[in-house]
Amino acid sequence: MDTSPPEPKLSALYQELILDHYRRPRNKGTLEHPTYAVSLNNPLCGDEIELQLLVEDAVIRDVRFVGRGCSISQASASMMTHLLKEKSVPQALTLAGRMSAMMQGDDAAAKDKALGDLRALAGVARFPVRIKCALLPWNALTDAFKSRA
Amino acid sequence: MLDAARCRADFPLLQGQEHGHRLVYLDNAATTQKPQAVLDAILDYYRTTNANVHRGAYGLAIRATEAYEAARERVARFLNAWAPEGVVFTRGTTEAINLVAGAYGRANLRQGDTVVVTAMDHHSNLVPWQILCQEKGAALRMVEITEDGRIDLSDFGQALERQPKIVAFPYVSNSLGTVNPAAQLIRLAHAVGAVVVVDGAQSTPHLKVDVQALDCDFYACSGHKMLGPMGSGALVAKPALLEVMPPYHGGGEMISKVWDDHSTYNTIPHKFEAGTPNVEGAVGLAAAIDYLERVGLDAIAEHEQALAKAAIERLSQIDGVVVYGPRGHRAGVVSFTYGDVHPHDIATILDQDGICIRAGHHCTQPLMRRLNVAATARASFYLYNDLEDVEALATSLVKAGALFGYVPA
Repeated sequence: MDTSPPEPKLSALYQELILDHYRRPRNKGTLEHPTYAVSLNNPLCGDEIELQLLVEDAVIRDVRFVGRGCSISQASASMMTHLLKEKSVPQALTLAGRMSAMMQGDDAAAKDKALGDLRALAGVARFPVRIKCALLPWNALTDAFKSRA
Repeated sequence: MLDAARCRADFPLLQGQEHGHRLVYLDNAATTQKPQAVLDAILDYYRTTNANVHRGAYGLAIRATEAYEAARERVARFLNAWAPEGVVFTRGTTEAINLVAGAYGRANLRQGDTVVVTAMDHHSNLVPWQILCQEKGAALRMVEITEDGRIDLSDFGQALERQPKIVAFPYVSNSLGTVNPAAQLIRLAHAVGAVVVVDGAQSTPHLKVDVQALDCDFYACSGHKMLGPMGSGALVAKPALLEVMPPYHGGGEMISKVWDDHSTYNTIPHKFEAGTPNVEGAVGLAAAIDYLERVGLDAIAEHEQALAKAAIERLSQIDGVVVYGPRGHRAGVVSFTYGDVHPHDIATILDQDGICIRAGHHCTQPLMRRLNVAATARASFYLYNDLEDVEALATSLVKAGALFGYVPA
C-alpha cells in the first residue's frame, strides 16, 4: 500500500518543466509536406493528437503536432517532438520503447539521458490511469510509421 | 429535510478513506454507492432463494421466480408503469434503448423516415439510433441546445415538422444537469405521431418519475445509478407496443414453442428476456427502490438541488472557473472547467484529497463540441453528499490551481 504523503507525489507529477511544455508547447503546428501523418485519440477522455513527420533517408528532419488534452499528453508530445529531430527511424522507435519502459516504472529508463526532458514524466508511472496520456503521442509515432501520409 | 449524515452511515464504502482523507464521492452520475440494505438483499437472495427462474417445479425455484417477479412489480409501482408486464428487465439504460432501437425501430422504421435526438443525448441514446438509421436509410435529426444548455424548443418544433417516427431525449442531462420539460416535449412529439423514448438514466435516481403522467412510450433506466447493483435496469413501455414488437434477443425463456425452423414467442415481458436473467440485480434494485422511497424522492431532489446551487455559488467565486449548464432549475450535476488546468489534471489532483469526480466528455461528444470544450470536470451529488463535500471540492480545486501556477487572465 502506498503510504507516502500526497503532496510530494503531486509535485513530482506536475513538475515545472511539464507545465512549461504544456503552456508553451514546442513544435506545435503542421508541416507542408509531411511524409507520415497520423491522428490518434483517447476515446475514454477525448485527448487528441495529430502528428506529422518529415522523414528523408530514414531520418526525421522535422516533426510537428496539433492536438488538445491534459498537461501530461501535451507535455509528452512537446518533449517528444523536440527529441525526435534528426533522429533515425530506428532510433525513434528505440526511444518509444524506452518511454514505455519508464511508464512501467523502469528506474534505469527513468535515468536514461537519451530521454531528455521526458524524464520529468517519470512520476506518471505512479498514476496508472495517466500512463496512456503520456504515451498517446508515442503511440501516434509508432502508428505513423505503419502508414505513409 | 434529508439527513445526509444518516444516509451516509448506511453506505459501507463511504466509511472508508482515500489517500488518507475522508472519501468524498462526487461521481454519482456515473454510478452510485450501495447501502447496506441492498448488499443484504443480494446476499440474502443467494443464501436463501437462488435457483433458476420460470423453470423449476420445486419450491426453491418457485420462490426465486416470486422474488424476481416481485421486483418487477416493485419497479412498476415505483415508476407508475402501465402494468408489471410493461417492465422488461435489462442490463441498464443502454440495453433498454438498444432493445427499442433493435426491436421496435427495426420493425417500424422505413427508408426516408426520421428519428429525432438531441445534442445533449448520452452516446447510449444516440449511437443505437445512428446504427438503426444507417441500416434503414433513415435520417437522424439532432435538435440543438440553447447557450445555457437547455433543449432549443424552437429547433425541437422544427425537427417535428419532418414528422419523425421516433423522438428520443434525456429527461435529465448527464453532463449539464438540465432537467428537460419531458411532459411538454412528449406532448409535442405525439402531436406529429412520433413514438417517444425517454432516457431516464439520470432522472429515475433523483426525482419522482411517473411514466403514465409523462405519457412517454418507452422509458429506460439503470439500477446502478440509483443505489442498485450494476447490470440491473429496466425498459418500461406501454404494453400494447411491446405486444406487437418482434423479439430482441433469441434464446430460452423468450419462446413459447420451438420447431426445427421457427418458433413462437412467450408473452410480454418474457418475450424480451432471453436467457437466465439477472435475478440478483432485480432483487437488489427492488431493495434500492425501498431505500429511496423511505428517504423520499422529493426530499432527495430538493437536497441535490441545494447542493448543486451551493457548489455553483462556491465554484463561481474561484477566478477562472466556468460552470456549464442552466443557472436556474437543474439536477445535482455540475460540469465545469478551470482556466487552462485540464479536467484530467483536476481529477488527478482532487483524487489525492480523496475527492472522486469525473473528467472527460461524459459520453456526450456532440455536446462537448457545442460547448467548444474537449472535456469538462463534473461533480455529481446524491443523498449522502453534504456541504462539507462541496467545500472539500472547492478547497482542493484552489489547490489544483496553485499547483499549476494558474493565474487568472
